[in-house]
Amino acid sequence: MTASFLLRRIGYGLLLMLGVVVLNFLLIRLAPGDPAVVIAGEMGGATEEMLESIREEYGLNKPLVVQLGIYVGNVLTGNLGESFFFNQPVATLIAQRILPTILLVVTAQVLSILIGVFLGVLAARKPNGVMSAFVSVFATIGYAVPVFWTGIMLIILFASVLPIFPVEGMQSVKLRDANLFVQMLDILHHLALPAFTLAIIYLAQYARLSRASMLEVLGSDYIRTAKAKGASQRTILFKHALRNAALPILTVAGLQFGNLISGALLVETVFNWPGMGRLAFDSILRRDYPTIMGVLFFASAMVVIANILTDMSYRLADPRLRGKG
Amino acid sequence: MSDETRTTYKAESPALEAWRMFRRNIPALVGVVLLTVIILATLYGTFFYTGDPFEIVWAPHEPPGVTPEFPLGTDYLGRDIIAGMLTGGGPTLAVGAVAAAITMGIGIAMGALAGYYGGWVDNLLMRVTEFFQVLPALLFAMVLVTLLSPSLFTIAFAIGVVSWPQTARLTRAEFLKIKNLEYVTAARAIGARDKRIIWTVILPNALPPLIVSATLTVGVAILFEAGLSFLGLGDPNVMSWGLMIGANREYILDAWWPVTFPGLAIFFTVFAVSLIGDGLNDAFNPKLRER
Repeated sequence: MTASFLLRRIGYGLLLMLGVVVLNFLLIRLAPGDPAVVIAGEMGGATEEMLESIREEYGLNKPLVVQLGIYVGNVLTGNLGESFFFNQPVATLIAQRILPTILLVVTAQVLSILIGVFLGVLAARKPNGVMSAFVSVFATIGYAVPVFWTGIMLIILFASVLPIFPVEGMQSVKLRDANLFVQMLDILHHLALPAFTLAIIYLAQYARLSRASMLEVLGSDYIRTAKAKGASQRTILFKHALRNAALPILTVAGLQFGNLISGALLVETVFNWPGMGRLAFDSILRRDYPTIMGVLFFASAMVVIANILTDMSYRLADPRLRGKG
Repeated sequence: MSDETRTTYKAESPALEAWRMFRRNIPALVGVVLLTVIILATLYGTFFYTGDPFEIVWAPHEPPGVTPEFPLGTDYLGRDIIAGMLTGGGPTLAVGAVAAAITMGIGIAMGALAGYYGGWVDNLLMRVTEFFQVLPALLFAMVLVTLLSPSLFTIAFAIGVVSWPQTARLTRAEFLKIKNLEYVTAARAIGARDKRIIWTVILPNALPPLIVSATLTVGVAILFEAGLSFLGLGDPNVMSWGLMIGANREYILDAWWPVTFPGLAIFFTVFAVSLIGDGLNDAFNPKLRER
């Protein structure tokens, strides 16, 4: 992989993020009413003094272009504003919430790819077999179930019928003072249901996609060669075929990341998972715009980073792309 | 010449051929029937079963099947669940359809212009598309709805604004494929203008994948609307399936039915739509059928 490619990719990512900052600025201006009141939050009951200090900080008495400059400058220096509802800087709020979201989203992504691809490969072995039919039906169902409803159904199941997983929050109160290892196990225990809920939709899509991708690859000459030289079916499937079928899966995985964050928003709300989605929900209900804008900024940044990582892994996975600018 | 010797073979139009394929696709027909039943129930159900979904009519949390007047039971306030199911579907379906239309409108316009003109137009429009793909859709839609204050139209608008990039990419790819084909060159040779070539020569030929995509977009938009209503960002004066689930969320461990039935309704609606979408896909691409 060339360094210049990586630099260009990162530069473009930064440009996209600048776009998000400008969009945030425009959105606040789009809100009806006095922007200072908007920033303070409608439920804040802001005093005239507070409003005056907001006008001062955001330069709301100055021309629009200057305001934009001040806003971009603030974001660049890590100042995302103050949440008047939570009474904390937005940056602090997000710093507390970003790791749980990353944990949830990445676990769901890994789970859905691993299980989905495995099911897809099994199905591709017999294109008209039971497994193939199952994958098709399952993919259609997975696409059609609202993710928040799946979560609620799982809560009902695991809270009353089969109480083996906690259905709410990220940590047990009574284990807050336990040693680090026990705490980590506790978090994983809490993670199981939200991560699985989020994984189900995408799992179905990966299964369907990898089945199609495998079927295409399995018809090619080098697979026939591998069969002719007497390679075992497992070697053929997982070594020769899957490696070549993996590229479309990788592309989709990258594109899917934004949707995953949207899904996490609903799942976090259902399971009271203390992440950015839950924060977005709370702040939207309170019209706490600085926090909402902060979440939008960081959620977009996560998508940008995921896209860059996908591009890089794509180049690592496909030797034909290496060395090309 | 007698009639017997004159056997003419009429070429079947692509649309007719697709319909013939679709008609034989049992899952797709199941989808059509299911969706028709759901639409009819939401349109005319209230004629047979009158009831205000917001009105408190009975004791809270009456289980389904106990009181004959309320076969699906009541919710945490004692509101009739069947009344909510019948009136709550209309807004969801309407928002889904309008949002899908907005999505397709923006997406096709952007993709067609980018694909047809290429060069800097393509570059600019694709950068805009990429920008919109970076914003997490549901979050962005939530912000838009909050800013514009929730109503059925603003919700549909917000869903459309956040969902068009995929349609734009698909349209662009189709245009890139078609724009150098002979019949397009021929149209240009007889002096057709760009506008005419884009909308009456290329677009009709790019339609099959776009129709499939439009169908699936309706499904996604319905899920979107349900998610927004579930979060309490829907129009508070309009009953919808998502709102029913959201309102009863706190009490799921006391009563499973107020959240289960609306959820099933959303599921079956989107399921029907996606069966139809798959059927259309198979009908337009007979070669892909084995996949």
